[in-house]
Amino acid sequence: MNTDIYPSKPAKSIPAPSMLQSKRLLNLISKTIIFIILVGAAVLFLLPLVWMISTSLKPKDQIFAYPLIWIPSPPQWLNYVKALNNPSFKFLLFLQNSLYYAVTSTIGVVISCALVAYGFARLRWWGRDFWFIITLSTMMIPYPVTLIPQFLIFKDIGWVGTFYPLIVPNFLGVPFFIFLLRQFFLTIPMDLSDAARIDGANELGIFWHIILPLTRPALITVALFTFLATWNDFLGPLIFLNDGKKYTLAVGLAAFRGQYRTQWDLMMAAATVVTAPIVVLFFFAQRAFIQGITLTGMKG
Amino acid sequence: MAITSNVQMQSSIKRRRWQMPSRNAWKRNLTGYLFFSPWLLGMLLFNIIPIILAIYYSLTEYTVLQSPRWIGLGNYREMFMVDELFWKALYNTIYFAVFSVPLSLMLALILAMLLNSRVPGQSFFRATFFLPSIVPAVAASVVWAWILHPEYGLVNDMLAKVGIPGPPWLTSEVWSKPAFILMSLWGIGPTAIIFLAGLQDIPQHLYEAAEIDGANVWQRIRNVTLPLLTPTIFFNLVIGMIGAFQVFTQAYIVSAGGPLWSTLFYVLYLYNQGFQYFKMGYASALAIVLFVIILVLTVIVQLTSRRWVYYEGVQPQ
Repeated sequence: MNTDIYPSKPAKSIPAPSMLQSKRLLNLISKTIIFIILVGAAVLFLLPLVWMISTSLKPKDQIFAYPLIWIPSPPQWLNYVKALNNPSFKFLLFLQNSLYYAVTSTIGVVISCALVAYGFARLRWWGRDFWFIITLSTMMIPYPVTLIPQFLIFKDIGWVGTFYPLIVPNFLGVPFFIFLLRQFFLTIPMDLSDAARIDGANELGIFWHIILPLTRPALITVALFTFLATWNDFLGPLIFLNDGKKYTLAVGLAAFRGQYRTQWDLMMAAATVVTAPIVVLFFFAQRAFIQGITLTGMKG
Repeated sequence: MAITSNVQMQSSIKRRRWQMPSRNAWKRNLTGYLFFSPWLLGMLLFNIIPIILAIYYSLTEYTVLQSPRWIGLGNYREMFMVDELFWKALYNTIYFAVFSVPLSLMLALILAMLLNSRVPGQSFFRATFFLPSIVPAVAASVVWAWILHPEYGLVNDMLAKVGIPGPPWLTSEVWSKPAFILMSLWGIGPTAIIFLAGLQDIPQHLYEAAEIDGANVWQRIRNVTLPLLTPTIFFNLVIGMIGAFQVFTQAYIVSAGGPLWSTLFYVLYLYNQGFQYFKMGYASALAIVLFVIILVLTVIVQLTSRRWVYYEGVQPQ
């Protein structure tokens, strides 16, 4: 962003120097105040996370202490060992499950949504506009509404307790992302496809070699948000993964809380390790995340 | 009329194209449907058929162990006329939505305006405000359960520092819902970023013109910023409402609906009926009512938006 701080424009009237000066001073003061408010807000936003980490390292007697203790002394790294080696919080297994769910879903969503969006944006076929309107209206169906029939269907085919009910739907498209990618595919000039067709390329080739490389930012956005949504998903895994060996980190943490309700040091250690991977991802892909938000108007 | 004939011509061209009964068209349709086929399947299997099934189940008594037994509108009758918990859950959810959504939008807008005032470190602040929204909901809930601890929690400690006696939050029937509203405010970062993008789209010359006309800061916000931002505000209002009606994870983890069902939110109640008591028929009826509520909300907001949403250069459709 390279917006000029003082955009060059013809001066309408030349103010007296003293007025200009006082205006500049006023500007400086107001900016300082705004900056201080922003710093305050940033501290408020970060405090819960700092408090989480702080508590996760506290010895037992400093957890319930008054006044509050911010810096645990000495830091109890053993809390993490206790939380991660706990028989009811199998961190490595849950991590593996979370990764499996998130990565396969991300691949599925990107592939399926790109294919379907390509059909809607770049091909003409009978019934296309009708199906597109239906697709838009399915975006309004909340997940809890279809949850029970889905559960009963998956129970009948013996998929409850496996990852299939969570992953397979993702390979068949997500309406919001289909819509988003369609909008992007539409911005690419049709001449590009026509030229390739004249050269003898088939649709799959055009899709793969021309359209996908040109819409990489949109595809990355879809991938990031899918990863985030599946990593943080709770309701789906809670219902379909009723076997402790299949728990994701989110469900595992919930179960852990059920048992160690008041052991705040262990709870916070577990919460920290569940949060950490996503925060690391955020630091690496920060720009893409924030661009994605403004691109889609979607919340994290 | 020139315009009409033009339209007619266009539509006749279109019709001719669509009716082309050649092998070429057949192939084109096949290709189109091949690309569409994953979602055609997904839409039918995971959206349309489940909705139809949900309507059917909602008219039955179905406990998983026995096959569904038709009871007509019995579930709905029980829900509306007998079940006090249904009304409680509905009330709790509306309470939460009515306070949390407007409050979140207001604070997010203020944050965005502050961010937009060209102070140093904008990208740092943006990232910081965004961060809480990506914390997994389960982890965030666990952390907030601790932060809101009446005696050793962070919030009450800070309140005590400014001389306000902290409320008992999650252990009180009165304060538990405000606690959830407070929690929801932690996640306003993305909304603020959407607003910020909207603010940056407002042409600078409008502010300059307003300034020349002698408008002060408040008048500029009132007459330039807000009208031009209404599409963004409107979008976030709809999304926020739909989201607020589906709050589940926090309620499940933090309070399990208590105390005295004061945080029994709608989807939590649906979950309890379906997956704790295995009353699939009744839970389906709850699901259908939720669907109708969200549909009605969306339509209401859409309809009224015509009166107050300003789309620059475009007539509202």
